[in-house]
Amino acid sequence: MPTRTFEAHVRQHLPRVAVIDLQGEINSFAEASLSAAYAEAEQHNPQAILLNFSQVEYINSTGIALIVTLLAKARKSHIRLLTCGLSEHYVEIFNITRLADFMSVYPDESTALAARAQEAEA
Amino acid sequence: MAQLLEVIRRRMPRVRAQMAQTDKPTNRRMRPQPTPVDIAPDDPLVAYFLDTPEAVELERLRLDSPALRELKAAGVAIVIPLVSQGELVGVLNLGPRMSQQDYSSDDRGLLNTLASQAAPAVRVAQLVRQQQIETRERERIEQELRVARLIQQTLLPKELPEMPGWQLAAYYQPARAVGGDFYDFLPFSDGRLGIVIGDVTDKGVPAALVMATTRSILRTAAQEGLATPGDVLARANDLLFPDIPPRMFVTCLYGILNPHTGALVYANAGHDLPHQRQEGGAIELRATGMPLGLMPGMSYEERETILAPGDSVLFYSDGLVEAHNPEREMFGFPRLMTLMADWEDTVPLIERMLNELASFTGAGWEQEDDVTLVALQREKQACAPLTPLADVDDQADDGWQSLAAFETASAPGNEREVIAHVEQALAPLALPHKRIEQLKTAVAEATMNAMEHGSHYEADHPVTILVRANATEVSVRIRDTGGDQTIPEAHTPDIEAKLAELQTPRGWGLFLIKSLVDDMRVSSDGVFHTVELIINREGEHHANQNV
Repeated sequence: MPTRTFEAHVRQHLPRVAVIDLQGEINSFAEASLSAAYAEAEQHNPQAILLNFSQVEYINSTGIALIVTLLAKARKSHIRLLTCGLSEHYVEIFNITRLADFMSVYPDESTALAARAQEAEA
Repeated sequence: MAQLLEVIRRRMPRVRAQMAQTDKPTNRRMRPQPTPVDIAPDDPLVAYFLDTPEAVELERLRLDSPALRELKAAGVAIVIPLVSQGELVGVLNLGPRMSQQDYSSDDRGLLNTLASQAAPAVRVAQLVRQQQIETRERERIEQELRVARLIQQTLLPKELPEMPGWQLAAYYQPARAVGGDFYDFLPFSDGRLGIVIGDVTDKGVPAALVMATTRSILRTAAQEGLATPGDVLARANDLLFPDIPPRMFVTCLYGILNPHTGALVYANAGHDLPHQRQEGGAIELRATGMPLGLMPGMSYEERETILAPGDSVLFYSDGLVEAHNPEREMFGFPRLMTLMADWEDTVPLIERMLNELASFTGAGWEQEDDVTLVALQREKQACAPLTPLADVDDQADDGWQSLAAFETASAPGNEREVIAHVEQALAPLALPHKRIEQLKTAVAEATMNAMEHGSHYEADHPVTILVRANATEVSVRIRDTGGDQTIPEAHTPDIEAKLAELQTPRGWGLFLIKSLVDDMRVSSDGVFHTVELIINREGEHHANQNV
C-alpha cells in the first residue's frame, strides 16, 4: 500500500533556532506539509532551521528535490539549514547528492543545537 | 382516576382519627382501625357527587352503589365531596355525632364551606405529589440508562486488533434508550480472528445484562478458535436458552477470518446479513439460523466467503437499516446494497455509511436505535507474485538463480512495497546492511521511473520485477512497457544551479541509481524496457560522486 503518512511539526529552540520534526516518508505526498512547516518556522524569523530526520523512514528522489527547494529558499533569506537524525544510509545519500556541502549534518538534535549555539557566540 | 382513588383512600383514616379524638382516653386502644373504601370510577356515587357537590347523610341516599354500601358498613354517617373545577378530588367522611343527634343544617353549611376551601388545596397537593412521583420516575429511568450504557461501553472492545494487510474499523452509537447492540473481536493464537456482532431485543438494563451474558457465553464457546462458527452459535444458544427472560432473544453473527488466505467462515443467528464489497459489485453473506435464546437444540448453517485483496465486509445492526427520514421512509437494505456496490475506498467505509445516514435522516434526527458498524477490509496488494519463475526469467541458466518475480501496479508510492519484497527475497543471502540499503534506494528509483515514464501510472501497465543472484552478484531487473522510449543518460546534477533556482530541483533518480549500484544495464525491445541493476555480493561498493 502506498504510504501517504508524513507529518512535520515546528518547535522553537534556543533564541532564533526553529526545529522542524519530520516524521514518516519524504516523497511527493510530503510536499504540502513540508512547505507549510517551513513557512511556519520562517515566521519566527530564525537564524537557523534544524530539520530533524530521526523519525523519517524513507526519502526518495522527489523528497531530495523537496529538500533542495527548502535549501534554496533558506539560502535566499540567509537562514542556515541544519540536519540531524539521518540514518547512515541517508547521510551517504546527502553526501552523494552534495546536499551535505550546503547544510551541516549532525548525528542528533543536542549536538546540532550545541554546535549552533557555539557558532552564534562566535 | 387512579390518583383520585388513592386520595379517597387516604382521606378515610384522617376522618376516623378526627372522630377518635372525641373518644375517652381509656378507649383509645379500642379505637376501630380505619378501613379504606375504594370508589370505582363508574360507581353511581361519583356521578351523584359531581352533580350535587354538597354534604349528604348517607341514609338519605338511594343508589345502587357498592361504595355507598361499603361506606355505610364502615360507620360513615355523612359524606362531604371535595370537588375542584368539576373534578371529584376526594371526600370527607364523618361518623355519627357524639350526641347521637342528626347533623343540623348549620353543621352541613359549615362542612360545605370547609369543603369548598379544602378542595382546591387538596387538588394542589395532589398535583405537587404527582409531579414528585414523575420526577422520581424520570430520575430512575435516567439512572437505569446510565447503568445500561456503562455496561455496554465496559464490554465493547477498547482496541481494534491489528492484522498486517487488513484494516478493521468499528463504530458504536447508542440511542438515548440504550439498545442491546454489541460487537466483539476474538484474536486466536494461530493468527485467525473471531468477529462477533449482535443485537439483544429490548432496551435498557435488561438488554445490557443479556448482552453481557451472551458476550461471555460466546467467548467461552469459541474455545480459542477450535469450534466452528456454527458449533459456537449452537452451543451459545443452548447455554442462553434456560436463563434468558421471556420474550427476549439475541440476533448474532459470528465469523472467523483467516487473514493469510482471506477466508471468512461464518454462521448467523438471525442477524442482519453482512454485505461484501468485491470486484464488480456487492453481495449479501447469507447463512440461516434462528436467533439465540428462542428454543434449544438449534443448528446453524455455516458458509465461507473469500475476501480478495481490495474486498471489504460490512457488519451492521438494524439501527442503520431501520433508521427513518422525516417522511417516515426507512433507510432499508436496497439502499445499503447500492452504497456498498458504489463505494470507492477514497473515503473509509464507515464514514461513507454515516455520511449517507446523516443526509438520509436529516438534521435533528432523534436516533431510534443503537447504530453499530464493523468494517473489515483486505488491503489492495501493490505486488502480485508471478509464477512460475521460469516464464519471467529467460536466462535461468548461466549460474543465475531466480529468487523472486512479481509485478506491481503503476501507482505513486508502490515502489515502497517493491523494495520490501526485494529485501525479503534477498534475506537468505545475508548481504551487508549497507549494500541492501543502497540496492533498495536504487530499485525504488528505477521502479518509480518505470511506473512514471514507462507505464505513465496506468493501472493496466504493471511493472515487473525479477530478483536473481549468482555466486558473486545480485541482479534486479525492472521492466515496464515503455519500450519505444529512450532513457536519458545519467549525469551529475548541478546542485549549485538548482540552489540558485536556475534548474529544476528535481532530476536525482538516475544519478542516485548509478551512484549506488555497481552496474546498470538498460535494454529495450520496442515493447518492453528493462533496467537491470547489479551489485557485487562481496566487498563494499563505494558510492561514486562523479558518475
